[in-house]
Parts: sequence; C-alpha cells; structure tokens
Amino acid sequence: MTRHIERQIDHLKEKILRVGTLVEEAFSKSITALINRDTSLAQRVMSSDEEIDRMEVEVEEECLKILALYQPVAADLRFVVAVLKINNDLERMGDLARNIAKRVPQLAAGAPVDLPPEIRTMAMLAQEMVKQSLDSVVNADPTLARQVREEDDAVDAARQQIRRRILQGIKARPEQLENLLRVNSVSKHIERIADMATNVAEDVIYMVEGDIVRHRATD
Amino acid sequence: MQASPDASPAAAASGRGPSADPPADRLAAVAAGLEVASEVHEQVLGETPVLEIDRFNLWYAGKQALHAITMPVPHNKVTALVGPSGCGKSTLLRSVNRLNDLVQNIRITGDMRLNGDSIYDPRMDVIELRKRMGMVFQKPNPFPMSIYENVVYALRIDGENSRAVLDEVCELSLRGAALWDEVKDRLHETALGLSGGQQQRLCIARAIAAEPEVLLLDEPCSALDPIATGKIEDLIQELRGRYSVLIVTHNMQQASRTSDYTAFMYLGRLIEYGPTPEIFTKPILRETEAYVTGRFG
Repeated sequence: MTRHIERQIDHLKEKILRVGTLVEEAFSKSITALINRDTSLAQRVMSSDEEIDRMEVEVEEECLKILALYQPVAADLRFVVAVLKINNDLERMGDLARNIAKRVPQLAAGAPVDLPPEIRTMAMLAQEMVKQSLDSVVNADPTLARQVREEDDAVDAARQQIRRRILQGIKARPEQLENLLRVNSVSKHIERIADMATNVAEDVIYMVEGDIVRHRATD
Repeated sequence: MQASPDASPAAAASGRGPSADPPADRLAAVAAGLEVASEVHEQVLGETPVLEIDRFNLWYAGKQALHAITMPVPHNKVTALVGPSGCGKSTLLRSVNRLNDLVQNIRITGDMRLNGDSIYDPRMDVIELRKRMGMVFQKPNPFPMSIYENVVYALRIDGENSRAVLDEVCELSLRGAALWDEVKDRLHETALGLSGGQQQRLCIARAIAAEPEVLLLDEPCSALDPIATGKIEDLIQELRGRYSVLIVTHNMQQASRTSDYTAFMYLGRLIEYGPTPEIFTKPILRETEAYVTGRFG
C-alpha cells in the first residue's frame, strides 16, 4: 500500500530542517558579528530573519494541512505535533539571534567594553546544543536529545557568571553601564536560545518515544 | 530486565516504550506460525469484564483461525477489534454468540465466559445464551414487519403482550438508538421502507430492546454512506457507559472515534490490546504502530 502521508511527512521534514539550518546560521553569524564587532554581518542577520518568519508560516500551514487531510495517528501524529512545536521554537530562536545582532551596532556606538570571556564559551555551548538538537530531529535520536537537555545546565551556569561579572563591571565603571546592560541582554538571549534547543530536544523525545518529558528533571 | 516468554501481560505492559525488549519482528514470527505473547495494557486488566475470552482457539477444517486469544472485554465500555482482513476479528466476534456452531468442520478449544457463565459449556442452551446478547451485522437486516414489531420482537417471542410495556420498550429503544424522532409518526409502517442508515439504527434498537449483556457489532457501518455512518458512530458514543459493546471495524478512524479500548489482531493472534487513546498515540509495539499508521495491512 502506498502511503501518501509518507511523502507529505518527508516533505515536512525537509522543510523544518531548512528552517533549522537558517536559524543555526543566523545564530552563528550573530555571535561572529558580536565578537568581531562586524556591523554589516549583523545587518545581514537581521534581514535574514524575514526568511525564517516566512518559512515558519509555511511549515505551520503544511502541518495543518496534513492534520486535516490525512488524520495521522501514532508515530505520524507525534511527528507532526513535534514539528509544529519545534517550528515555533526555531522561529523564536531566529528572533533571539536577530536581537543579538541588533546589539552589535549599539555596542559599537557606546563606550567600548570588553566582552566577558564567558560569552564565547557560553555561545559555543549554546551553538553545539542547537546543532545537536537539530541532529536529533534529523536522526530521530532520543539519546542525543537527552544529551542536549543535560548540557543546558552548563549554559545556565555560564550565564550566572556573566551576570556577576557585569554587576562588578557596572560598579567599577559606571560610565559603561549602557553597554554592559547590552552585553547582559546578549547573554540572556544566548541562554534563551539554549533553552529553546532544550525544548526542541524534548519534542524529539516525545516524537520518538511518546513520553512528554518537559518539566521533568534530567537524570 | 529479561522478560521470560510466559511473563504475564501486566508484567510485559510495565516495560513501557518501544525500546523495551523488542521482539525481532512479531509479525514475521506470527507469519512463520510461532506463538507470540499478546501485549495487554494494564488499564484493560483493571476493568471489570463482562466477557472473558480465555485461551480461545478455533480451527476451520484443520486450519487454525484463532490462536489462544485471551482478552477481557470490559463492562459498559466500547471495545473495538481491528486488524487486516483475515486476522480473525469477525470469527472471534461470531464465536461470542456461538454463530460459528453453524459452520461445518469447526473445532474449538478454550472458553469464553459471559458474566462468569461458560459460553462453551456443553450444557449451555445456545438459544438462551443468544438472548443475552445483541448482534448487528454489516448489512441491516430488519424483519419484514412494522418498525414497532421489529423493536419489540424479542419481547414478543418471550411472551410479553402488555401494550404498555411494549410501547415503553419501543420508545426507549428507539430513543436509545437515536431513531425515535425520525420514525415516531410511522411506527406501524414497514421497516423495509427506512433508509439503510435508519434500518441499521433500527437493528440496534431491536438489539438493545432485549437489554443484552453485550452488544456485538460486526462492521455495522460498512454498507452505509458517510452521513449514516456518522449517526451510527454518534450512537455508539451514546451507548458508551450504558452498554458493553464489542465492535469489529475495518475503519481505523471509526475505532479511534468510537471505542474506549482497541484490540489489534493479526493472523488469528491478539497482538496488542489497550486504551484507544494509547493505541492511536503511542502503542507499545512497533507492529501496532505500523498497522494503525497504515504502513501495512
């Protein structure tokens, strides 16, 4: 028996992976732009977000079409529902990458500050999480997804360190207040991106195993 | 954890998740004639059964059609039997009211119990047994008499003659079968003038008039158009909680929409049996998953 739904699902998978690739690129470029103070690269990141937004709507429409026309059940249903949610998270990650990029020209304009070294570490960790979460979608790999969930703690820890460093900076150099707050918000955005990667990983676990692991401690 | 081959269904059900002790390929094993354990979800075992099917085997002329089926059918719930053609679901349903007794060259081992009474006990009076069950077939089979007489038929043959009693049962049954409003003004006209969907609801009314302990539905919508099918499905939903229903269906969405429990059968074996929402969102076995998503069958 040919399964028309299979073709639809393969197509949906390709699409969500394209969104994932765009988001991964946007995030990675936003960090490069931040570190190199490259305002033109930052500009490109900001404009690429429109493409992500457009794709997000397409993916959602595709999911709704499959639900309405094919009434998927079991693994197929879990896949479509997981894609709906992952799609949402990816779009949010795209917005956060754009927000990071937005800070680049602002930082260049204000009183110069050195980025806390933890920003690089944190960004690298978060980028790895994004990459792995997307790989776990492609390969329907719950083991990798579980690993992503565990990595989130390291990002949260880095964020706390950066926060402390920024508080010290503000006390020591009040004239840098505005830019230090911008750095703080960048680190918050990175942390949120890592959280979204965790959400994606949790949706992969649901997709493969059928268990909703959100709000449960990792073990 | 190493599951022993004779582990109880409850023990097997506790090892949740597709990764738990996956058999190489149950369907291939079944096709090769091997016996495989049924995966019965714990929730099913927690229900009070109206009907207990107990290690039931059936051979048609030496060919085994049912293999050691053990399944409790819960009281006041709708239980759907699904599976590809030839899986034995209709044979199993027809074994419940011993319709297969009429088939030549049949051999049966094991038993079924209706509210504790052995169905296959040689002393069981088959006519009395069938009075305790209602059955509705694929094609509506109204008797060539009035709508009213169709509904009260079972009471009539039991000697009930009180007009008041018959009128009341007729109305209640037709209401129960969601047909009353459509036929109340022509109760004494022939039932053969009803549409196919109405005739099928009439057959359900006739079945429930006798207050059956279990209602057997053998693909009750397969001869009906989508509107009539929708009405029967609504009706089955209505019967939930008031009647114990065992329904055979080819239509997977019908099983998912109308039943509380779903049993998946394949080549005469019960493969997986559990709450319908579980079977259609996260079945334990890959084989069930493959069937409900239409990957085979």
